[in-house]
Amino acid sequence: MTTLPAKPTAVRQTAPNRTGQQLQKIALTVLTYLLAFVFFFPILWMLLAAFKTEAQAFAIPPVFTFSPILDNFRTALGTYFPALTHSLVAALGSTVLAFVLGLPAAFALAVYPSRRARGILTWMLSTKFMPAVGVIVPLFLIFKNLHLLDTLPGLILMYTTMNLPLVVWMMHSYMTEIPFAIYEAAKVDGATVWQEFFGIALPLSLPGISATALLAIIFAWNEVFFALNLTSSDAAPLSVFIGSFKTSEGLFWAQMSAAAVLTVLPVMIFGWVAQRQLVRGLSFGAVK
Amino acid sequence: MTAQAQAIAASSPPTRSGFRLTPGALVVPAVLYLILTTQVPFFMTIYYSFFNYNLTIPGNRPFVGFENYVGLLTDPQNFRVILNTLVLTGGTLIITLVLGALLAMLLNRPFLGRALVRTVLISSFLVMPVVTAVVWKNMLLNPVFGFFSWMVAKLGGVPVDWLAAHPMGSIIAMVSWEWTPFAMLILLTGLQSLPDDQIEAARLDGANPWQEFRHIVLPHWTQALEVVILLETISVLQVYGEIYASTSGGPGVATTNLPYFIYQKAFAEYNIGVASAAGVIAVILTNILAIFMLRLISRNVSTGGHA
Repeated sequence: MTTLPAKPTAVRQTAPNRTGQQLQKIALTVLTYLLAFVFFFPILWMLLAAFKTEAQAFAIPPVFTFSPILDNFRTALGTYFPALTHSLVAALGSTVLAFVLGLPAAFALAVYPSRRARGILTWMLSTKFMPAVGVIVPLFLIFKNLHLLDTLPGLILMYTTMNLPLVVWMMHSYMTEIPFAIYEAAKVDGATVWQEFFGIALPLSLPGISATALLAIIFAWNEVFFALNLTSSDAAPLSVFIGSFKTSEGLFWAQMSAAAVLTVLPVMIFGWVAQRQLVRGLSFGAVK
Repeated sequence: MTAQAQAIAASSPPTRSGFRLTPGALVVPAVLYLILTTQVPFFMTIYYSFFNYNLTIPGNRPFVGFENYVGLLTDPQNFRVILNTLVLTGGTLIITLVLGALLAMLLNRPFLGRALVRTVLISSFLVMPVVTAVVWKNMLLNPVFGFFSWMVAKLGGVPVDWLAAHPMGSIIAMVSWEWTPFAMLILLTGLQSLPDDQIEAARLDGANPWQEFRHIVLPHWTQALEVVILLETISVLQVYGEIYASTSGGPGVATTNLPYFIYQKAFAEYNIGVASAAGVIAVILTNILAIFMLRLISRNVSTGGHA
């Protein structure tokens, strides 16, 4: 393959054809940039509004040049702080719990697969496809009886349910990639299951753990259905807080934008960092 | 699925005496947790769906059999809800597939700043649905102060109240904006696994771009397309935050989909029986798709296992 004259098509091309192709390439690149800008525009517009005065945010025709201010962020941070804390605790708490429950399961299913392993994995994934509306009524009633409504532990429990199949599925996929010879060597040395888990599987799947954790945090942070129906004020996360901006009467756009930017930015940065793992996580490994 | 769940619970290894940890026992906590938080509530939902159960009348809960289901499936108003759900899902799917495929093909060429463009393009997928709805509703779709109205006026058109005049169209636009990056990412990954020499060979044989797309790209894309279609359908069937924070299902029931309908029945009317029956219908609808999805995923994923 390497000895072939690289690309016969390129050799045959005549000069004017090549300039035409060059132009076409540039046009396609410009089109790509343009589409990317159009897609990013709503986010950009929100970002700009966050640095405007209320009058500038509402102005018609829209204001494109202005001297940015930070007042909106100060105001937003004040009112938004409890919701931010709730979101952080719920997202991190549920991710940790999902890993505590899911990592041993992923390890056992990957390293000691039984005849049932595939069935268990598929069943776990099937719970991920269960619509929340199919379970929300009993959960609401159970939470009410257990006094878990509008509490952070309650929210963490539900987000764990949401993220547990993802954690098991993704960590299983990462752990099957660890060369089995390493386990065999450890077994020869008399390692217990426990030592294999903590000594081999965990350290070697650290990159997978961080990628999975980022995804789990993103999903929990952005979740809204359980948040709206199981919390109201004491444990309301950011999704509920931002949702309270839904009426436009007496709305402060600049302030709302600042709160929205603070809500969206952490997740966006996480997503950008984890974009390679995003495809694997989103498709449950069906597309790698 | 249930029989399977029971089988798992029943056959989980008994705790051995002593400190020996069996690998099978490591699976138990996760399985138990999921049974408790998904299977058990779902069976309760099925149970409630057979009762005339309203939280405002706590003492009285008569068994009504399939009455809730019959009522749901025969009321023409509810037919509208099902139709809305299908229009929203179908519309979003078509738009995101076309735009996602286009963007994937544009990004599958080397050009300056490709990584940056890709990063920028996935952003809208990461925005919280409620934020999407609030920002679009207020700052873009507002009939007087919204950016789109200004654009339309600038181009010589007459701005309309988007959410009132085209409620479903507006919701579809929002949801499509969120899901196009998903389609693009999956399809781009699919394209990148297509060997260059295949395209090269087709070009040498004199294939035009359409033939190249039809006979080389499309067959190779099948799996990625299946993943996009199934996962997106399952997710968009459950769209809730966007509707909650923009139209609240209105005007009338113009944008009420199945999840929003269940939310209204359960948490505004406290009609647990009807909400449960609708929940069961939603689960059945989704599971039909999920079966195909699971088959697709397990076809491509090894169970691993070195032993």
